[in-house]
Amino acid sequence: MSSIFEIDDDAFEKEVLGSAKPVVVDFWAPWCGPCRAITPIIEELEVTYGDKIKFVKVNVDENPLTPSKYGIKAIPTLIFFKDGEIADQITGMVAKAKLEETIKAL
Amino acid sequence: MPQTDYDIVIIGAGPAGLTAGIYAARARMNVLLLEKAAPGGQIIITDWVENYPGFPEGISGYDLGEKMLIQAKNLGLEISTEEVTAMELSPGVKTLHLGEKTLTTKSLIIASGASPKKLNVGEEKFMGKGVSFCATCDAPFFRDKTVVAVGGGDTAVQEAIFLTKFVNKVYLIHRRDELRATKILQERAFSNDKIEFVWDSVVTGMDGFFGVENVHVKNVKTDETKTIKADGCFVWIGTVPNTDFLTNSLELDEWGFIKADKHMETSVPGVFAVGDVRDTPLRQIATAVGDAAIAAVSAEHFIENLA
Repeated sequence: MSSIFEIDDDAFEKEVLGSAKPVVVDFWAPWCGPCRAITPIIEELEVTYGDKIKFVKVNVDENPLTPSKYGIKAIPTLIFFKDGEIADQITGMVAKAKLEETIKAL
Repeated sequence: MPQTDYDIVIIGAGPAGLTAGIYAARARMNVLLLEKAAPGGQIIITDWVENYPGFPEGISGYDLGEKMLIQAKNLGLEISTEEVTAMELSPGVKTLHLGEKTLTTKSLIIASGASPKKLNVGEEKFMGKGVSFCATCDAPFFRDKTVVAVGGGDTAVQEAIFLTKFVNKVYLIHRRDELRATKILQERAFSNDKIEFVWDSVVTGMDGFFGVENVHVKNVKTDETKTIKADGCFVWIGTVPNTDFLTNSLELDEWGFIKADKHMETSVPGVFAVGDVRDTPLRQIATAVGDAAIAAVSAEHFIENLA
């Protein structure tokens, strides 16, 4: 099981939009191979950057409202929030270095 | 013999790279496998693999990749999540640049794979907003909707069939008047009521406000154009090799795939190319692992013969 904090539609506003720290939201689903494959990378990034950045996951299968609100039609999608606003968004599998670069820019 | 950090470095952790790793680890070589993203390769976007022997009921691409990864790790293969950005290749020492870091190896096995080819009709702005290369990832977002699928090979036909589990209708756009896909897949597609074939046609563009709403199609024989109302556009028109890190150092074929001989050796001694990145008539899991076994043993022989 992943160590990343799992949130639902109800908690999204408080945990993400209301967060003092920047937040990386990993939109995923159990049926999605690439989502499962990038999980260890997200966990590694949390270990490295967890003190400055909050990492959460949203299961789009169980929580359809949030992905629909952000127009997500493909996963894995990572949305990077800062002060409740979208700072960046990455869809699909990318190199760990690219994720790291995006996190550092937050 | 030159002093290097490793005997063998493998680039890419798809079926080819992991197989090369399994053989090299069992040969007790000093070997490192580099993967820039997550292990598994392209098979992790495949919902079901039915043509790889040993799994009579079939197996999901993700599960097969995971089993290969566990097997490689159990044998002690060192795997690092790092991206090769450039390299200098000589018959003796091969130098790899990983961002600011540098490492050297006696032999190199390139198993960096291939990526889905893009349509290049302005679909970039619809990536993640209706355009997709992964049916298993994204099909559920199109439940009870209409989508377009593009291509006529095994991947296109198999994934179009998978899409019909979720969507109401799939228009399969193919530039020829017959499919290239293997017969068993053709039979399934032709008997599937949800798939409508649009022959001799190519996608010329798409539009929509929040995401894909219309896909524009042209018949290549009659030049007739039409617009298909669709919420998604799944693209499976072949692959392009992942060779950004190569700097004109290896002989390539006209599409950029790496040329190799029967030992999988490229134009530079001690550098091998395997799997989807190689100039090969067939790109399958079965061919990738075969390439890799040959390359790993060839690399071992190459190192033994180094003066």
